[in-house]
Amino acid sequence: MISFEPTEEQQMIRETVAAFARDELRPAARAVDEGGAIPDGVIASASQLGLVRAWLPEEYGGDGSARSALTGAMIAEELAWGDLALAAHLTAPRLLAFPIAEQGTAAQRQRYLKRFAGASFAAGSSALIEPRYDFDLQSIATIARREGDGWILEGEKCFVPLAGESEAILVYARPGEGEGVAGFIVPRETSGLEISEAEKNMGLKGLKTYELKLAGCRVGDDALLGGEAGINFGRIVSQMRVAAVAMTAGLARAAFEYARDYAKERRAFGAPIATRQAIAFMLAEMAIEVDAMRLLAWEAAWHLDRGEDAVIESYLAKHYASAAALKVADNAVQVLGGHGYIREHPVEMWLRNARGLAAMEGLAII
Amino acid sequence: MIDFEFEPKLIERLKLYHTVAEQMMRPISREYDEREHEKPWQFFETMWTAAGTAAEFQPGGRSKKDGTGGGASTRNLYTIATTEELTWGDAGLFLSLPNAGLGGAAIAAAGTPEQKQRFLGPFRGGKPKWGAMAITEPGCGSDSAAITTSAVRDGDQWVINGTKIFCTAGQMAAEKSEGFIVVWATLDKSAGRAGIKSFVVPHGTPGMTVARVENKLGIRASDTAMIVFDNCRVPLDHLLGSPEVSRERGFKDVMATFDATRPIVAAMAIGVGRAALDCVRDFLNQQKVAVRYGAGLHRLTAAERDFIEMEVQLKAARLLTWRAAWMLDAGRQNSLEASMAKAKAGLAVTQITQKAVELMGPLGYSRRMLLEKWMRDAKINDIFEGTQQINLLIVARRILGYSSRELN
Repeated sequence: MISFEPTEEQQMIRETVAAFARDELRPAARAVDEGGAIPDGVIASASQLGLVRAWLPEEYGGDGSARSALTGAMIAEELAWGDLALAAHLTAPRLLAFPIAEQGTAAQRQRYLKRFAGASFAAGSSALIEPRYDFDLQSIATIARREGDGWILEGEKCFVPLAGESEAILVYARPGEGEGVAGFIVPRETSGLEISEAEKNMGLKGLKTYELKLAGCRVGDDALLGGEAGINFGRIVSQMRVAAVAMTAGLARAAFEYARDYAKERRAFGAPIATRQAIAFMLAEMAIEVDAMRLLAWEAAWHLDRGEDAVIESYLAKHYASAAALKVADNAVQVLGGHGYIREHPVEMWLRNARGLAAMEGLAII
Repeated sequence: MIDFEFEPKLIERLKLYHTVAEQMMRPISREYDEREHEKPWQFFETMWTAAGTAAEFQPGGRSKKDGTGGGASTRNLYTIATTEELTWGDAGLFLSLPNAGLGGAAIAAAGTPEQKQRFLGPFRGGKPKWGAMAITEPGCGSDSAAITTSAVRDGDQWVINGTKIFCTAGQMAAEKSEGFIVVWATLDKSAGRAGIKSFVVPHGTPGMTVARVENKLGIRASDTAMIVFDNCRVPLDHLLGSPEVSRERGFKDVMATFDATRPIVAAMAIGVGRAALDCVRDFLNQQKVAVRYGAGLHRLTAAERDFIEMEVQLKAARLLTWRAAWMLDAGRQNSLEASMAKAKAGLAVTQITQKAVELMGPLGYSRRMLLEKWMRDAKINDIFEGTQQINLLIVARRILGYSSRELN
């Protein structure tokens, strides 16, 4: 029967991650956005939390927790409430580890998962987006050609998080015209793989992203994720979309709360601006949108946890959250007025970051 | 544990409700839109008889055992789920169904167990009956604390004087059945909202007159009445809750009703919105147009984008509504969430139905289809049980921690 009550365990995880977001991510966010390095302490604390390790099987050194998209959505929201760029950075290794853990062959799991179960942060990534104005997931143009006992990859990718420091990157490509999408685990040093300088983006500056050029990039047969059986790409996409929705909900909640608190402090015409309907109604609408985004993320996650691919649910949720997050972040800037435009306050950063996750696919996975 | 699935028993019941909506409501939908002020008595009789045997057949009305509407911890979820199903059939007919309605909800929220038994018990059998609630006055709508209808004690009776308007099912409750009106009146105007109480006035009570029945944009199958109280006398124990004029408790008894009724109105909106969405989907399917979920926005046609937007707005509204009802079932304070759901659903469905008419072009505007009717029906959900703006105001007060004096 319908229930909106998280389990006690989920509630505990939520509180733990929320405390980390509040104590570590939020204080570091602005400096990182201005080009500073991510403090070692933040990375270390994140490793303590086990944002990747917790869900990896015990035989590879993980904690063996059952992966739950619902729990994942709650974690993603809390992390992104702290800072979206740092949240995406800290969870980027999942982009490689989780699809391997769920859909990889035994040999692939054996080879790649252990590094993500260690005490220190190990970068990982996947390459999904391609640098075309008309890119979408139904038009992936990177091609994998069979050659001998391996594959030759040809194509271009962009917005690949942490590509410069990942030991391997999961590249999504088509093994032939008209074929479904397959995943190829490409070690960073593979010849024919060229990684650009870090991209310069409008926001999400704490998340280093790169372009990849794949020209005659040769990988072995064992690089094909899931082996000959292939992968359920739809499910991976849904996991990515639910992550994005939950994260945008977290960002939107941060923006809403900041604007709400500001509006209660800031006085105009002799009273706090929050006592004026023009401002109060904006805040009310923001609160409603934040909850709607969260519930859509939860519902899609719930379908995933039932073993469904949740393709439509996660797409609808992403569609909704992309617009809603921008609206909420924009409203937050508006509530602060001129002050919202100044980089002393975080709301302008959240507006830039919201655009990033709204525009992009594949920057996070649950 | 978070769950988004109804229990099997409810799923079964919803199938039954869907059949009712499709086979009994839809066929007479247009007829009673055009014959405003006439009533589908045969439909009422059938629904009333069916309700007698099928437990919670009356949304917002009685529950299985004692007709008091209390008890089961899934009651509000059942109510909103069935409401969506029946308003998918027809919102006006749904609103005109014989049951205790909003008056019943008020008694369930503010009445004593004895009052619930006394006033709602008769709804268990006999002839079809209606209950209604009268709050709005010619001089005040959203500002319900400003009502001027008065109740003055005279011995062992309350004497009620004043004029109420926009009373849904008011005529059915006051004149056409052995029903009742729950009327809001003030015991002490100087006490402001603390002085406002609700009173049950049975049908045919001398001094209570239906002065007129409104002509409306939509939900025409449902009567919306102006009721005049002229030295209308009811016994003392017809006051719901405590007669004490307390600043603390004040308005809360009467306002508690909205926590239950706003999710229902949200569900009504969603039912109409789903009807419009289904209609557009069927039409697209006939035209061999498949909505390409998953495609990039630039690749979608404008119609696909519109459809996707309508679908997810409806879904967001539904999830918010489920949450508000679930909280009520769990015994939690849900005023914030009820208003969130109502504000979201009222506006979303107003827009969804307007967009559906637009998407169907000249067909959508024609009375050959029901779309134009649904657009008219939908609009009421953004108005009654608190307008869009009143609900935003309530949400704002709650999230800001402001009283009605601080934010108004």
